[in-house]
Amino acid sequence: MIEASAAVNGNYNGGADASPDRTMAASPKPPLRKRRRFRVSIVPYLFLAPFLLVFAAFLVAPLVYALYTSVFRDMLVGGRRFVGFANYLRVAVDSDFWGGVSNLLFFGATQVPIMLSLALTLAIVLDRGALHARGLFRLGFFIPYAVPSVVAALVWGYIYGPAFGPFSQLARGLGLPPPDFLSDRTMLFSLANIVTWEFTGYNMVIYYAALKAIPSDLREAAAIDGAGAWQYALFVQLPMLWPAILLTIIFSINGTLQLFNEPYLMRSIAPAVINTHYTPNIYAYFLSAANQQYNYAAAVSFVLGLLIAVIAGAFTWATRRGGGASR
Amino acid sequence: MTEAAVSSLVAAPRSFKRATRRTKRVTTALLCLFLAYTFFPLFYLLVASTKNNFDLFSTFGLWFGHDFSLFANLRDLFAHSNGIFGRWLFNTFLYSLSAGVGAALFATAAGYAFAKFSFVGREVLFGAILVAVMIPQTALVVPTFLLLAREGLTDSPLGVILPSMISPLGVYLMRVYIEQGVEDALLDAGRMDGAGEWRIFRSIVFPLVTPGFVTVLLLAFVATWNNYFLPLIVLSSPDYFPLTVGLASWYRLASMGGGGGQAMFSLVLVGALVSIVPVIILFLFLQRFWQGGLALGAVK
Repeated sequence: MIEASAAVNGNYNGGADASPDRTMAASPKPPLRKRRRFRVSIVPYLFLAPFLLVFAAFLVAPLVYALYTSVFRDMLVGGRRFVGFANYLRVAVDSDFWGGVSNLLFFGATQVPIMLSLALTLAIVLDRGALHARGLFRLGFFIPYAVPSVVAALVWGYIYGPAFGPFSQLARGLGLPPPDFLSDRTMLFSLANIVTWEFTGYNMVIYYAALKAIPSDLREAAAIDGAGAWQYALFVQLPMLWPAILLTIIFSINGTLQLFNEPYLMRSIAPAVINTHYTPNIYAYFLSAANQQYNYAAAVSFVLGLLIAVIAGAFTWATRRGGGASR
Repeated sequence: MTEAAVSSLVAAPRSFKRATRRTKRVTTALLCLFLAYTFFPLFYLLVASTKNNFDLFSTFGLWFGHDFSLFANLRDLFAHSNGIFGRWLFNTFLYSLSAGVGAALFATAAGYAFAKFSFVGREVLFGAILVAVMIPQTALVVPTFLLLAREGLTDSPLGVILPSMISPLGVYLMRVYIEQGVEDALLDAGRMDGAGEWRIFRSIVFPLVTPGFVTVLLLAFVATWNNYFLPLIVLSSPDYFPLTVGLASWYRLASMGGGGGQAMFSLVLVGALVSIVPVIILFLFLQRFWQGGLALGAVK
């Protein structure tokens, strides 16, 4: 899409250059040409400058600086010393870091498929037309996206809680032992529920937009060929949605491995379960903000970023190769 | 076409209608179920905000208590610690609005440059911006903090606002938007009439792309409003906190119990309610901009 639009754009520019030549064939050409050339060379950079400035200062510079920092180590004796890849080697065998990663891999392997298939089902049902009050549903499902994850985690935390959570109250009322949503065994599922609550609607909106882009005569053609609603969803809509699905999978992998807010908030009510390295970002936070191990924190952030890129890249590559569904 | 298919086609109308009615009921029920799940925590929050601390513990969580204490809770909320909550609310507005306006202005100008000019380095720069779209947001937080710490810029609102102004996705959206929505003939007409480049941008391009501008502004505004990790790590004075960081600190205090902790619960809950109201209002009134932005992002 980008290439195509760039090409179109190129043509437009060509046209713009050519038309003055034709219309003003009689007028003195050289000065006009000179002025145009000059403008073309400086103006776009002026429009780009503000964005590029913040981009360089707050995106490129932090990355470069962190990369630089990550090859040093602050010694108690002797101060800062160049250690090459030593910090990275330490990450490679750091069971705290990999423990957090494996927490999240388990989390992602269960939560992401559930959330995305839920979002897909809702989008297809919403798109089918056979229902009442479509606008209300579309709006309602999307509302959690407007709720800060801090607030979502905090409210669900109270709902889970033993003190005045409705589930504990119900259990006590029935004389049953209150369910423990915040134990070592249940915490990941409780977190998965919060994330599912937050992002199902967001993913649904993406799918819904992609479904709306499928031409409606395809549905008629499929119906004439005898395809039912299920077959239409499975063999027509799903393949056409594939780019959108791939995008949401990558966003979800990305989001899962970066998980911070929800587990960090849960730490307030379950400090014994959420330790200082429950997720890699929590680990990097405690390393940098609490322990001031800046060099090592930088290395951890980099490995995390690389890991996300590698997993997302591998996923894209694998599905391209698998190829059946993708275009 | 097989015989079975033909007969099913012929028989279609009546059974189809019955099936549609049934499907309609089933699908509506399914959606209602999920809608109930979506509203469950919000309803809980609303109910809990109307209770005083005593009712919070002594009455059922999913229905209202004996006293309706919402207004008393609101009064307490804005009075607590010399009105620090009002300060957080103001900070959040300030950070989100400046980040939103900055992000949208920068993205519009940059998108315009990419869409309508050819210049050296265009493809390389745009490629770099596309790569930046995929950089995990929070993977940047710790590096940003490290750089700010080195420059002695931590605990400054600018440390939150300036990084939030970077919207690579916004640049992408505005480039597409301007390519599709602004005709070159119009720009050339402006140049022929002797308008300067800035004037052309301001008076011709900008009015045409206002919906895109609002979309980028909204996305950045909401992202900043909801952001927690960056302000948490950059800011340390409670006077600079946005709502998310402030509420989370109260949440922690309330959970630790002990002296005064108990009384914080209703403050946390009503504070949470107040913090989501502005964004939900924005969302309800400006729906088409949100969904437009997400849809454009998805179609790429």
